[in-house]
Amino acid sequence: MTIEIDNLRISFGDKEVVKGVSFNVANGASFGIVGESGSGKSTVLRAMAGLNNDWSGRIAFSGQGAPLFRPPAFFRKVQMVFQDPYGSLHPRQTIDRILSELPLVHGMDDIDGRIAKVLSAVALPQTARFRYPHQLSGGQRQRVAIARALIAEPEVLLLDEPTSALDVSVQAEILNLLADLRAERNLTYVMVSHNLSVIAHLCTEVGVMIDGHMVEQVTAEDLRLGNVNHAHTRELRSLSVELEEPA
Amino acid sequence: MLVEINNLHIGFESRTGFAPAVKGVSLTLGTEKLGIVGESGSGKSLTARALMKLLPKQTRIEADKLEFDGIDILSASEKQMRTIRGKRAGFILQDPKYSLNPVKTIGSQVAESWRAHKGGSKRAALEAAVNLLEMVKIRDPKKVAASYPHEVSGGMGQRVMIAMMLAPDPELLIADEPTSALDATVQAEILRLIEELVSERGMGLLLISHDLPLVSHFCDRVAVMYSGRVMEELKASELLSAQHPYTRGLLNCMPSLIHPKERLPVLTRDPEWLK
Repeated sequence: MTIEIDNLRISFGDKEVVKGVSFNVANGASFGIVGESGSGKSTVLRAMAGLNNDWSGRIAFSGQGAPLFRPPAFFRKVQMVFQDPYGSLHPRQTIDRILSELPLVHGMDDIDGRIAKVLSAVALPQTARFRYPHQLSGGQRQRVAIARALIAEPEVLLLDEPTSALDVSVQAEILNLLADLRAERNLTYVMVSHNLSVIAHLCTEVGVMIDGHMVEQVTAEDLRLGNVNHAHTRELRSLSVELEEPA
Repeated sequence: MLVEINNLHIGFESRTGFAPAVKGVSLTLGTEKLGIVGESGSGKSLTARALMKLLPKQTRIEADKLEFDGIDILSASEKQMRTIRGKRAGFILQDPKYSLNPVKTIGSQVAESWRAHKGGSKRAALEAAVNLLEMVKIRDPKKVAASYPHEVSGGMGQRVMIAMMLAPDPELLIADEPTSALDATVQAEILRLIEELVSERGMGLLLISHDLPLVSHFCDRVAVMYSGRVMEELKASELLSAQHPYTRGLLNCMPSLIHPKERLPVLTRDPEWLK
């Protein structure tokens, strides 16, 4: 599914937080957005997911402009994974209940089979199905959050800092899982993160945001090599490289 | 030695039995910068909290030696602990959003911590607070002193926390993930500030973090913890060339900007490490 964002503007009250952002994502590609807190990167993602109805500009999936209020079928195609696996799962619902919510709402058949399939797709044991979130580790919870998105059989996954609450060892597992899923299912990703090396690992193209503007779009390759133009991109890159090099 | 820990064990009594969390940790700290790194649940924060006796009642702490500047922490009374906490050892926590009182101005909170340790009039304390805020390089300290915590950014909040810790001139600073809630650009500034203040005042620093490269840049020595034990202790400058398979595994599984990896290696945990 191709994605086109054109001159997207979002305001909260009088304050404009996204000031004309445009980018395109090809079918099956993955696009990363980096920026500091308050730069508007998550706000862009939430508007794309239909979680914010107060925007202007154009958001189009497969060439079709998305309406302000999305029809239910939209959410079968586009799903979102949130940052905090501790906050995004209902604490009093079992994993089975969490995963069956979306198929029930959309009147899908064979819910039982779908849950079993999606659990194995994210490499969770079938025994996890009747556990509660607090009985799982942080990495397992993030797998549940990804499974919940996958059960809709979407074509686009919107990822909002999917690994920043996790240890690096668990982050590696989740990043590998996301890379595998994209290859298997030809998914299109838009990922938001503040971590340049995570973005460069998973995405082929990167947009840099500051203060509501997307000031630069570069390929991950150019970002690695340092072929960047904007001062903010250079600053973020040098901070990231500095830490990687031995003291 | 400022801090001496020998064979520290921490565990929790619960309805279903006893859960050990820290299993025989030994560390020493002088006027230097010691980093503790490890994954969540490895016991790094518990170790620091045990040192300040800040653990809940059902915690069982045992150690051959747990001393702060020669004072035995295990037998110290609550009254004695109060002369250490804050006064001689400052504690900086992860997120300033939860550490500051949301309904009091920043100036009055810094002044309160000044007065609690140094006494003096309210007015003198407020003046001292503005000075302290200036010391942590806040550009307009008067304005910040008059504002409430929700009106300042995360980086500014963390500076305020540091200013509060500095009020009583502590000898030891314990920083538990001081920058993990902050942006990369702010993180570098805050760590540089901590480093400067620590070396200027000849304090000891205990920096707890899950971020190995970060610690290797800002500390002198690093202890790597896993599952309640210290796996290895080494010079910070040698961390990136560490030999222990756990440390190596953690370093390898991080994505890198300059050295791209097709697929991230996953950490395989060896039960041998815990023997």
